[in-house]
Amino acid sequence: MPAGIVSYGVYIPRYRIRAEEIARVWGEREDMAKSLNVIQKSVPDIDEDAVTIAVEASRNAVRRASIDPARIGAIYAGSESHPYAVKPTGTIVGEAIGVNHELTAADFEFACKAGTAAVQACIGLVSSELIDLGLAIGSDTSQGAPGDALEYTAAAGGAAFIIGREDLAAEIEGFYSFTTDTPDFWRREGMAYPEHGGRFTGEPGYFKHVTSAARGLLDKMETGPEEYDYAVFHQPNGKFPERVAKRLGFSRDQTEPGLVVPWIGNTYSGSSLIGLAATLDVASPGERIFLASFGSGAGSDAFSIRVKDGIDDIRDRAPRVRDYFEDVVHLDYAVYTKHKGKLRL
Amino acid sequence: MSTVPRFWRHIPQRYNLVGTHCKNCDEYYFPPRTICPTCRREARMEDHKFGGEGKVVTYTTIYNATDDFKRQTPYNLAIIELAEGPRLTGQVICSPSDIEIGMRVRPVFRILGRDGDRGIIYYGTKFVPA
Repeated sequence: MPAGIVSYGVYIPRYRIRAEEIARVWGEREDMAKSLNVIQKSVPDIDEDAVTIAVEASRNAVRRASIDPARIGAIYAGSESHPYAVKPTGTIVGEAIGVNHELTAADFEFACKAGTAAVQACIGLVSSELIDLGLAIGSDTSQGAPGDALEYTAAAGGAAFIIGREDLAAEIEGFYSFTTDTPDFWRREGMAYPEHGGRFTGEPGYFKHVTSAARGLLDKMETGPEEYDYAVFHQPNGKFPERVAKRLGFSRDQTEPGLVVPWIGNTYSGSSLIGLAATLDVASPGERIFLASFGSGAGSDAFSIRVKDGIDDIRDRAPRVRDYFEDVVHLDYAVYTKHKGKLRL
Repeated sequence: MSTVPRFWRHIPQRYNLVGTHCKNCDEYYFPPRTICPTCRREARMEDHKFGGEGKVVTYTTIYNATDDFKRQTPYNLAIIELAEGPRLTGQVICSPSDIEIGMRVRPVFRILGRDGDRGIIYYGTKFVPA
C-alpha cells in the first residue's frame, strides 16, 4: 500500500542573529559566515520552545490540506530540546491541533534526525493500515554553548508532515537507513549544552552515515542521482550538504531549492525536513526528491519521494518556508542571550 | 502543585479558545459560561471554538513586571475583541511602538508561564499583528 505526504507545515521563529555578530563577541575571524556558509540563524522568542514550534508547524500542516484532526492516529514528535524530560511533547501538540484523543503518541530523540525517524514510524503504521493518518514532527530550539562552534549554527524551527495513503501531495517510494554507535555529538542528562568531537563530527559522523544511507537507497531503488530533480541533505552548516551532494553525484541545481541553512541556521530535528518542505514549495507533480537526514550518535535516513498531483491543490494554503525569511528581526548578542535563557538572573 | 488541576481544566480555552455559544439568543461567551445570563432556562448552550482573529480595544505596556514575567518586559497586554464579539485579555507580541487601538490580531501558540524551575509549563494563546 503506497504511503506518502498528505500535507506539511513549517514554522521558523522571527528572530535572527548574524554569524558575524557572534564572531564579534568571541573574537573569532570575521569571515565565519563565509567559512560556514551560514549568514544568520533563527532565534526563538522568549516564550517559544520546541513544543510551541511543533504546534505552529502542525497547525500549518492541518490547515494546508484541511485535515480533520480526528483522523490522526499517531503523533511522533522528534526533538533534542523537548522542554520536559518526562511529559510528552506530542500530547500537547495533539491537544493544540484538536485531535479526538483516540491516538498513540511518543516523543523521539535522535539528535538531528528524530524527525525523519518519526516519518518512518508513521509510514509503517499508515502503510499497514493500522491508522488512517500519522503526524510526524521535527522541531528544536537547539543549544550551543557560548563561544562554542555550535553557537554559530544552533537555531530554532520545525516541520510537521502528515503521512497517509490517499490524496497524496508526494509519495514516499522507499527509504533506507544506516545506523552505528558513533559518539560524535552528545548531551548528558541535565546538561545545558551538548559536547561534540570537533572535526570527528565530519568524516566518521556526517559523511560516513549520509553517504552510506544515500548509496544504500540508490541501490535499493535502482536509481542514480540524475533521476532526481531535487536533493535535500541534513544541513548542520552550509558546507557539509554541498560537499556530500557533490561526493554522491548530485548537482548544486538539485540541492539549491532545499538549502535553507544560510538564512536560518541548523534547526536540528527540523533541518532536513524544512529543506524538504522548501523543495515541496516549488516542486511540480511527477518530479522526484532525494532526502537524507543525519543524526549524531549516529545515523541517517534516506528517502525517495515522488511529487504527486495533490501538491498543486494544497501548496498555497499555508505559509511557505521562504515566507519565514521575510520580515525578520535581527538581535544583537546581548538580547540573543536573553532570548535563549543564557543569562542566569 | 495546586495549580496543576486548575491549568488542566482550562486547557481547551487556553490552547484553542474554546468558549460557548447560546443557540437561543446567538450570543457567544469567552471564557465559557454554562448558562446564558440572558436566556437562563431557555438557554441552549454549545461549545464554540473561536477563530482567534480580533482587534485591539485597548492596551497597556508592562515595563515593571512580577518575577515570572520580568524577562519578557516590555510586553503588551491588551483587551482584544474577537470577531464573534467576546472580549478577552491577552498578550500582543510586537514592539510597544507598533501596537495601536483597532489593530487586527491573530492567535499564536506560546508559553504563558512556568511554575518555577520544577513545575509545569503553561502553554496557551497569545496574539500577533494580523
